[in-house]
Amino acid sequence: MHSIPGRRLIMGLFLVFLLLPIYWLVNMSFKTNAEIVSTMTLWPHTPTLQHYKRIFTDESWYSGYINSLEYVVLNTIISISVALPAAYAFSRYRFLGDKHLFFWLLSNRMAPAAVYALPFFNLYSAIGLFDTPWAVALAHCIFNVPLAVWILEGFVSGVPREIDETAFLDGYSFPRFFIKILVPLIASGIGVAAFFCFMFSWVELLLARTLTSVSAKPIAAIMTRTVSAAGMDWGLLAAAGVLTIIPGALVIWFVRNYIASGFALGRV
Amino acid sequence: MDKTVNQKAWFLVLPVFLVVAFSAVLPLMTVVNYSMQDTFGNNQFFWNGVGWFKELLDPSTDLGGRFLASLGRNLFFSMVILAIEVPLGIVVALSMPRQGWTVAACLVILALPLLIPWNVVGTIWQIFGRPDIGLLGYVLNAMGIDYNYVSNEIDAWVTVIVMDVWHWTSLVALLCYAGLKSIPEAYYQAAQIDGASRWAVFKAIQLPKMNRVLLIAVLLRFMDSFMIYTEPFVVTGGGPGNSTTFVSIELVKIALGQFDLGKAAALSLVYNLIILIVCWIFYTVMTNAGVERKVQAESEPVAEPKPSAALKPVPALKPKEGVA
Repeated sequence: MHSIPGRRLIMGLFLVFLLLPIYWLVNMSFKTNAEIVSTMTLWPHTPTLQHYKRIFTDESWYSGYINSLEYVVLNTIISISVALPAAYAFSRYRFLGDKHLFFWLLSNRMAPAAVYALPFFNLYSAIGLFDTPWAVALAHCIFNVPLAVWILEGFVSGVPREIDETAFLDGYSFPRFFIKILVPLIASGIGVAAFFCFMFSWVELLLARTLTSVSAKPIAAIMTRTVSAAGMDWGLLAAAGVLTIIPGALVIWFVRNYIASGFALGRV
Repeated sequence: MDKTVNQKAWFLVLPVFLVVAFSAVLPLMTVVNYSMQDTFGNNQFFWNGVGWFKELLDPSTDLGGRFLASLGRNLFFSMVILAIEVPLGIVVALSMPRQGWTVAACLVILALPLLIPWNVVGTIWQIFGRPDIGLLGYVLNAMGIDYNYVSNEIDAWVTVIVMDVWHWTSLVALLCYAGLKSIPEAYYQAAQIDGASRWAVFKAIQLPKMNRVLLIAVLLRFMDSFMIYTEPFVVTGGGPGNSTTFVSIELVKIALGQFDLGKAAALSLVYNLIILIVCWIFYTVMTNAGVERKVQAESEPVAEPKPSAALKPVPALKPKEGVA
């Protein structure tokens, strides 16, 4: 009853469509540049690890991954910790301007990064945070904090209010109730929200590139360097691309059972 | 369940307010400031009033022409990808396996494109579509189709659209899947007893239940496609000519390429305003839909079985968790 005729075929075709371009990238990353340019081969005939070796041994390459992870983790921690109390407030109370505030937050999630690129550059240069992970982490808050509030609000609303009341009757103070009771109850929601913050911060490039120059440069910006006088270093570019997919794939694996409800922002 | 009025809740919201205000309000004020001025470099600014805005909305000027053309392209792009991704996402969600390890496998593969940095998505398709080293370009050319996204406008458009479908259909599919999963088995049993056709089940049960998530999907997809920058920039660089230059690409060109701060700021404001309006429309529709649903549920309590009662006879819903 749930499904439609030919669903296996549809699903199979769609998954092939999704995986084929990724396979091609992986395939290229194991080929030598000579093989890439000279012949069309469906799998590497002379497999090589030279591109990966170069990335892992050259500091200017692998530092990009560390820089990226640094601001992504920072951003996730900031977003979740400020969003948690706010999500509780939006879920449980009505207060002056709550609906407007919620809409204003939502509208920031939708604001185009390109609009903010230049003002952010000025702002973070002025306060001396330019070219640090903090600049990118704070800048990414503009779309991650609203999203985290939105997701967590859905999960907090799923916790019956009687639990709050019982806890307060039992003499729990608000902070103690929050940490001892509420947070464990919505642990999966926090996981989902963290996953989304990680994801959107990890995939964003425009702001990350604009706010860094040398010491905090993200891997995505470093990848543009493969264009050299001798032409494109396709193999190296492909290897760097494959390595950026891995953290995402790992994170998905951990939250796979919550992905669907998470994408519905906890409100299905 | 009514919420209690409590102004102290503002203290809980304050951190979020400060963080977002710091990164949203301050920069926006800079933008407003710039939008009224002209600069000739050297940090010298001249008052220009609403001059930029007038120029922006007048298609006969250079700035206005570029803005309106890119806006048109962007709207067309958003419409096309919505028209493809929403139906396709629904079909994929309906095709999801029901239980077993394949569910987890499908979910992971579906989510994979969403976790790839946007410039790498661009790189993947840049490589995949190249006639000399990419599988897609090579196969198409071998079949006798003259495909080259660098020089042909239509090929460039097709590439950008297929890339977006590849990148984001999963989001729609996952949202719809979450909506479908929330339908109690009893609904299907009732439909079976009534002898409802497959299409009737879809129209009367599944589609209404997906309403809310579909709205979120359309909102997210419209917004994100409306501010698309990185992927087409990596693949086509906005070309050939200006054929795939979307609003964000034009904006970055003016702001960071030409350093025309006044023009860029004026463009930013108008751009932001459009997004704000669309966002507001969606938000209103969404909140109204939520209220309607509640009213409906209250007026006919029989139609909406309590979740606890509905979940019990559904063994099919539980085993999924067992896979974990």
